[in-house]
Amino acid sequence: MSGRLDGGGPLASMRAWWTMLAICLEERLVYRGDFALGTLMRFLPMVTQVFLWTAVFAATSRRDVAGYSRNDIVAYYLLAMLTRAFSSMPGLSTGIARSIRDGSVKKYLVQPVDYVSFLLAARIAHKLVYYAVAILPFGGVFIACRGFFPPPPDATTMSIFVLSLVLSFLLGFFMEATLGMIGFWVLEVSSLVFAYMLVQYLLSGHMFPIDMLAGIPTGLPGTSLADVVRWLPFEYTAYFPAAVWLGKIRGPDLVRALAIEAAWVVVMAIACRVAWKRGTRRYAAFGG
Amino acid sequence: MGRYLAIFLTFARACLVRDMTFRANFILESVTSLGWMSMNLAFYMLVFQFTPEIGKGTGWTREPFFAFVATGLIINSIVQAFFMPSAEELTEMVRTGGLDAVLVQPLDAQFLLSMHRVDYSSLANGAVGVGLLAWALARMGHAPPPVAWLLYPLLLLCGVAILYALVIVLAAATIHMGRNQSLYDFWFYMTNFSRYPAEIYAGPWGGPIRALFTFVLPILLVVNVPARVIARPLAGGAWWPVAGVVAAALAALVVSRVVFQRSLAKYRSASS
Repeated sequence: MSGRLDGGGPLASMRAWWTMLAICLEERLVYRGDFALGTLMRFLPMVTQVFLWTAVFAATSRRDVAGYSRNDIVAYYLLAMLTRAFSSMPGLSTGIARSIRDGSVKKYLVQPVDYVSFLLAARIAHKLVYYAVAILPFGGVFIACRGFFPPPPDATTMSIFVLSLVLSFLLGFFMEATLGMIGFWVLEVSSLVFAYMLVQYLLSGHMFPIDMLAGIPTGLPGTSLADVVRWLPFEYTAYFPAAVWLGKIRGPDLVRALAIEAAWVVVMAIACRVAWKRGTRRYAAFGG
Repeated sequence: MGRYLAIFLTFARACLVRDMTFRANFILESVTSLGWMSMNLAFYMLVFQFTPEIGKGTGWTREPFFAFVATGLIINSIVQAFFMPSAEELTEMVRTGGLDAVLVQPLDAQFLLSMHRVDYSSLANGAVGVGLLAWALARMGHAPPPVAWLLYPLLLLCGVAILYALVIVLAAATIHMGRNQSLYDFWFYMTNFSRYPAEIYAGPWGGPIRALFTFVLPILLVVNVPARVIARPLAGGAWWPVAGVVAAALAALVVSRVVFQRSLAKYRSASS
């Protein structure tokens, strides 16, 4: 399967891609009210987390936990939430698995449209609309909480932050898409998706900064759980960009982490392509 | 009353037969909820790596806190098993007009709509909650006084009653709005506040939150009061929350009943 959308050269290919984006944008804008309310509600669990950590800091003599002050933790949760807005892909893997199961995926086999490109365009449209609407609640909460943030980082760090966000979007997309493609081999992927979500929930940094795992031994000499997690893709979908903004990762560590993130994007993109190629070859088109 | 109990037991039996027919699904669902729960327990264990207690001088050290978590698991699993599945079905019933068939039955509509489905897999978390409670109490160094053992089941029931009332009010909102896909979301976001000891809501922002969720929407009482009674010795002045949670449970049941009945009166059938 080529990356091209049709046989009419790059210009036509761009046009087809743009049309897909526009269709998905229109589709998404229908539910803008739901989006805005849903986004604001999603901050509620964070409120309890902030109170929990405030109580922890009140009870301990430490000035920081794993290098995070109380204010750092609040800022961390906000930034991790921002990252999740880039990397989370609700319904992507289950949607792909469903289209395989009910047979609707076959239209992408006969049309001159590449399925992965279509899904990516749809996701970008989804995210663009989401940001257009979510910028209000997000902006409001960030401005209200600006006192918790350290002074903004320098321009280089900021550009790396933006880059890490874009990479986290791509990583989240290709991981979930690959997971959905497993539907070619096992028809029901929901338990796999569940296992993935559990690991993701704990190891992405969604619940706590991964630095807190630095004191937890793995049994390997000199290797903590945080050292292991660093080589896995999960922390790049929530922890990493937040830690970059807060200046928790610097110098050679930062370069290495960025390289690991980029490498995972490439690996997962290839895995997704391979899964699609092999999957469609053995696909038997269930359904009418 | 006896008739209702007999009908409820029939529902419960039918649902058990159904759950046991699709045994693999039942096991998968149990594992799912156990999985999420263990992630949360892992997080709490991590938190206690960094602090001896939650909030200075509150007494919520590790074992009492896990007794608190266990209490929350038990209460939530009862609500999720017995009331949530039916309330979720109500959304679909209003949309399709299936509610009509319920309203013409010679039975109380609220009973029928909130208790006809039992989801046994949700009880898995409650079972773990009981185990966790036993572990936490055994390690606490002081056994709860006999009065605490007597009060604890009653207070658990009060907690269940308050959450049940919340489910009923949310379900009533479904009838008004015609659709309520975010019923479960809203439930999750609200009950989220009851997951931690009330003492953490302190300071200029925490105070109002604590007051709101204690006196207006009493979800902070749900887990806090029974957990306090079982996990921390009651001091002289600590008896008023016990009376408070009983009163809150009764009030919540009455209010939810009134709200639900009024919403039903507004229901216009969707079927033709």
